Amino acid sequence: MKRFSQLIQELEMSNKTNDKMLALVDYFNEADDMDKPYVIAMFTGKRPKRPVSTALIKQWAIELSNLPEWLFAECYHNVGDLSETIALILPPPTSIRDRKLNEWINDLALLNDKDEAFKKQFITKAWDTLETSERFIFNKLISGNFRIGVSNKILVNALAKQSDTESSKIMHSIMGKWLPSEINYTDLVNGVHVNTDNSWPYPFCLAYALEGVLSSLGEPQEWQAEWKWDGIRGQIVKRNGELFIWSRGEELVTEQFPELHFLLDELEDGTVLDGEILSVKDGKVQAFSILQQRLNRKTIHKNQLKDAPIGFYTYDLLEYKGRDIREEALNKRRQILERMISNLKTNSIVVLSPIVSFNQWDELAKLRETARDLNSEGIMLKKLNSAYHSGRKRGDWWKWKINPYTVDTVMIYAQKGSGRRANFYTDYTFAVRDGDQLVTIAKAYSGLTDKEIKEVNAFVVKNAIEKFGPVRTVKPELVFEIAFEGIAESKRHKAGLALRFPRIARWRKDKKADEINTLDDLRQLLQATLLPPA
Amino acid sequence: MALITFTNKGIYCKQGDFYIDPWQPVNLAVTTHGHADHVKWGNKAYLCHEHTKPILQHRLGDLNIQTLPYHKEININGVKLSLYPAGHVIGSAQIRLEYKGEVWAVSGDYKVEYDGISTAFEPVKCHTFVSESTFGLPIYKWQPQQDIFNQIKNWISHNHDKNQTTVLVAYSLGKAQRLMAGLAGYVDIYVHSSIANLNDAFFKAGIILPHTIPITAETSKESLLKGIVIVPPAVADGKWIKSLTHAATGICSGWMQVRAGRRWRSADAGFALSDHADWPGLLSAIKATEAEKVYVTHGHTAVFSKYLNEIGIEAEEVKTQYGDGEEEDNIEVNKD
Repeated sequence: MKRFSQLIQELEMSNKTNDKMLALVDYFNEADDMDKPYVIAMFTGKRPKRPVSTALIKQWAIELSNLPEWLFAECYHNVGDLSETIALILPPPTSIRDRKLNEWINDLALLNDKDEAFKKQFITKAWDTLETSERFIFNKLISGNFRIGVSNKILVNALAKQSDTESSKIMHSIMGKWLPSEINYTDLVNGVHVNTDNSWPYPFCLAYALEGVLSSLGEPQEWQAEWKWDGIRGQIVKRNGELFIWSRGEELVTEQFPELHFLLDELEDGTVLDGEILSVKDGKVQAFSILQQRLNRKTIHKNQLKDAPIGFYTYDLLEYKGRDIREEALNKRRQILERMISNLKTNSIVVLSPIVSFNQWDELAKLRETARDLNSEGIMLKKLNSAYHSGRKRGDWWKWKINPYTVDTVMIYAQKGSGRRANFYTDYTFAVRDGDQLVTIAKAYSGLTDKEIKEVNAFVVKNAIEKFGPVRTVKPELVFEIAFEGIAESKRHKAGLALRFPRIARWRKDKKADEINTLDDLRQLLQATLLPPA
Repeated sequence: MALITFTNKGIYCKQGDFYIDPWQPVNLAVTTHGHADHVKWGNKAYLCHEHTKPILQHRLGDLNIQTLPYHKEININGVKLSLYPAGHVIGSAQIRLEYKGEVWAVSGDYKVEYDGISTAFEPVKCHTFVSESTFGLPIYKWQPQQDIFNQIKNWISHNHDKNQTTVLVAYSLGKAQRLMAGLAGYVDIYVHSSIANLNDAFFKAGIILPHTIPITAETSKESLLKGIVIVPPAVADGKWIKSLTHAATGICSGWMQVRAGRRWRSADAGFALSDHADWPGLLSAIKATEAEKVYVTHGHTAVFSKYLNEIGIEAEEVKTQYGDGEEEDNIEVNKD
């Protein structure tokens, strides 16, 4: 397990995607072959059943370390992670054993049908043979939950590089059905358990944000306008009797959206659609915050299917009858797409993303103002005679978003930045008023100029009230306008809601702390976004 | 009978009419060690261990400084005062006070493990002990220094293999000299000018330190790549580091014990090497004093004093202006 422990340390040490990828490549070059499928399973969220409850683990650790419970709680409060706290407070091991990762995982799985005394014996003995860093890993293995900032994409890229295989094939094979105890590493990356020939997606065509004036685009007649949807960009692939749904992050999300599985029967083989995965209820697009409850879930509850039903708003056709048609002009692709969608037997789940018709640019500008009523975030402009490009290319596709929401807040915590800004307080936490209290509502890294950062920094140094490790509590005095893209209910935040993409719009030096927005203002906004569109 | 009161100027001995590590100017400042949060400019006179004197002169200029060796007793207004090694940094001392049979000791900052460069910590038997508690939580249990140095050496050789320049971040006073001692002979050690200047001051005072090479404008990147570089935290994120050949930074601090501490500093490596006592160290030191009462001055004061009370040692937290630990032990020299 030492090699795996080293990998975790390397992954945690860097916040650069490339470093993480290289650490993974090294690991898959050097690690025990039997261990590798377990690591892939763990990092892709294939979680084994938890054999022992958190409460018991905690209780045994407290017993062994001979600490009062309140002191354990203080430690946990300082460390912020239960597995790590336990690893740190236990007495040192009396002997060291280096066992393989897969042996530990399999032994833990066997604990499931044992009684409590047996479990306790096993866990406490294991602790006594492990060093602090391996104990931490072991505790994480019990919980099955590693949150260390390795996305599927980083993992897939590392596996692709290590095995010299195309990344979309790797993505398909690791998203397929397999068990780490029943497949070896080579078979897994080669995808012998799936048919990767069927699934490969096209690179998405991406749009640049529109800057400058519309008239610079030329004649309105040369352009197609659509609503810009606030959902998950998706590519639906149907080939040789198999259906695949890819997300923009190049992840396979087929299982997450059962509503779209009817396409397996209704789309012809050799079809690839591009569009937006949205929550659509009674023909209306719902807010992103509603769609969110459907994302990244292993199991979907009945209520979620009812409250956040999925729809697919399609706007492009990339493959038709097995032929790549991306070089055809947009208006031609659209024609075929329209015919195809109208031939679907199941209505209203997969629909055409409507074309916004307009004759003059200023007419379109007015229409854009109504986007929020449709839960759209603006307008997409696509040149009618354009091909479907790979990736981002300037000129043919533009996104023209509406202005973000804003809220006036007061800064209450500050923390130093990293890298170039390590000597300045650049990471701030903002609060709104709730009665006579201040409730935190967003954290944002500076969107300020260097001069403003220095000014805020000087304020923080002078007005720090309390320290919690690197965090300073400051006098609630500086007012900032925070821009954000959406708002959602959140149990994690004390305010009960969370902002999407919050960032500092500007420093409101003209405002005092008693002029900021209230939590009620935000609650009202949340309610308004949850109402079905008119 | 209280030999010490905690005033807004600092720790005060009324019978002797002097202060220990005051944070506002007084007539006589008895100084435990040379870190910036324990010694301020502007006192009329200073009393410290003879090895702390070059540090104070280097940092604060020409002062009225009286020195003492360890264990020698002097009498100030009827109070017997002597210094005992605190093991924190070179010259660091616990202050022992005796008046009419009553004994109090003030620890300053201390660690119980011998670091090879500061005189080893000695417990002082006393009625009342004033202790720090920077790492006063059971999560802080240091590995033996030798293990940490082995990890650092492994990391250095790993960096050499990968053609990366090793940069160790350490405080100019204390951690830097400790690293020098631990790595001497293993690799060429290049030091930033603020560390080199302090080393010079030690040298002039007759304190022998391991050999190091000061970094100057002429030092080639190639030689730094082959050796290692020690810099103070103030330099760690600067432009100069970026100009090195593939710099890999390693931070040496007790805070590196916890993952969140390591991640927050976003260094390439973190080594939990501290000049403060860990949890078992604090407890063993306090028990060895056989004190009836303990005052806890800085660090995890509330938690630590609560725990001491629970295990039968009467303890109380006091508010001081000493830094909450190693992050603040910063004596960056701006003179050069």
